[in-house]
Amino acid sequence: MSALLEVSDLSVHHGQLEAVRSVDLTVTAGEIVAMIGANGAGKSTLLRTIAGLHTPSRGTIHFDGRDVTGLPVHARVAAGIALVPEGRHMFGSLSVEDNLIAGAYSRRRGPWTVDKVVELFPWIGERRRQQAWQLSGGEQQAVAIGRALMSNPRLLLLDELSLGLSPIALGRIYAVLPELVSAGLGVLLVEQDVAQALSVAARVHCLLEGRQRLSGRPSELSMSEIEAAYFGTGRAAASVGEAQ
Amino acid sequence: MTILNDIIQGILLGGLFALFACGLSLMFGVMDVINLAHGDVAVAGVYLAVVLIPASHIPALWIFVLVVPAFMIGGYLVQRYLLQPSLDSGAITTLLVTFGLSIVLENVLLEVFTANSYSLNVGSLVSSSWQVSSQISVPYLDLVILGVAIVVLVALQLFLVRTRTGRLVRAVADDREAAELVGANYRHLFAVAAALAFGTVAFAGLALGAYTQVSPTAGPTYLLYGFEAVVIGGLGSLWGTLAGGLVLGVATTLGSQVDPNLGSMLPHLVFLFVLAVRPRGFFPKRAVT
Repeated sequence: MSALLEVSDLSVHHGQLEAVRSVDLTVTAGEIVAMIGANGAGKSTLLRTIAGLHTPSRGTIHFDGRDVTGLPVHARVAAGIALVPEGRHMFGSLSVEDNLIAGAYSRRRGPWTVDKVVELFPWIGERRRQQAWQLSGGEQQAVAIGRALMSNPRLLLLDELSLGLSPIALGRIYAVLPELVSAGLGVLLVEQDVAQALSVAARVHCLLEGRQRLSGRPSELSMSEIEAAYFGTGRAAASVGEAQ
Repeated sequence: MTILNDIIQGILLGGLFALFACGLSLMFGVMDVINLAHGDVAVAGVYLAVVLIPASHIPALWIFVLVVPAFMIGGYLVQRYLLQPSLDSGAITTLLVTFGLSIVLENVLLEVFTANSYSLNVGSLVSSSWQVSSQISVPYLDLVILGVAIVVLVALQLFLVRTRTGRLVRAVADDREAAELVGANYRHLFAVAAALAFGTVAFAGLALGAYTQVSPTAGPTYLLYGFEAVVIGGLGSLWGTLAGGLVLGVATTLGSQVDPNLGSMLPHLVFLFVLAVRPRGFFPKRAVT
């Protein structure tokens, strides 16, 4: 099966700082790929660049065989890429339901409706008329995922789901991922919570200071290798590429 | 009883202020643009009508069917190709560009129409009024203007709440990046907001032209009232703007009752008072609702 998302030799600069340095990665349909790494490792920048919010200084992004590197954000959404941004970015003055309906703005065809999202997160049903700013962090996160699904994406990018969430709220959200993936959705998620990432992902990449230090299947990676790549100690860099 | 009459007149006038100010409120609420040319756009509406009425043989009362769509298209284009590039280079640039637009509009009107004032002849509406009681009489024109203001504000609100594009205009005011992430081109949405602002202010300009004589340089005076209505109501809140317009209208008529000069000063004093007591206005909102 050919890759849904193919990122090759991608570099992104924030002014003088090279936040992402020649990263290669692929995501196929029905697969969860996780990006782990410390704060400031460039994970979010990578995800935002794939969504089109940053312009890369080098490299290409192919989606479904098509070069999308130069496309604006809204055109990538229309192509089937949806990002759930860090910090959730609710439309605060809109109702929960209107947040979800706004998610369908791109008019991509597909199975997702407000009722389908309510099936996924049943509590939304009784709170759909509330304004989004009244929800708790975990609830907002769920609505943000629902809103992204409303665009009927083929690739879902999840940025730091765990940030500011209670373990229970997070568990509920991670519990729905396998269901989504089994329907053929590709997921690329960024996570600081390494254990969480290892438990859901088919493949993991570890970023350190913008570079890919380690890649592989969770079962093939030892905790000490991951630790070394995460913190930049030891010689874990040697294993890059082997497991791809 | 005369006080009651003044208050009624003030409310009628306030409708016009609100109609004028809602576009200002919308552009600030959605894309943080303070449009210093807003008053001049309203005045330009009167002059376009002055040209179009004899050319199209449409009576003055119905000329809005041409002027309002023309201004909406104009607003869309001005935002998309003049204000958006300036927004990309900073808020101060945008302020300067709208200031420049104001000067250009005024001088073009002066060049073409000289300094002569014009008004729109809407026939018997101007002279006749509804005698409610011996003390209270309401001019039909004022009633029509208040009616138009309410219809336009309700239509604007319905558009923002009920339609796909309107919902995203509110959404982009809350969070531009998130609006992009649901597949919206925010430049298009900003231009839609500007189209609505120019359309409503064209209505306000036509109402103004039916109400009184308008000169090419009158824009900034109306702009001041518009700003005051927006600030009293709370920045970015549409219903607050309506309330602010009504407060200014009542202050104007009550003031004139005491002394004609006070009529033009009292609304500004009320504004200063509100600014001192409630700096964020009466209905502060983070975004348009």
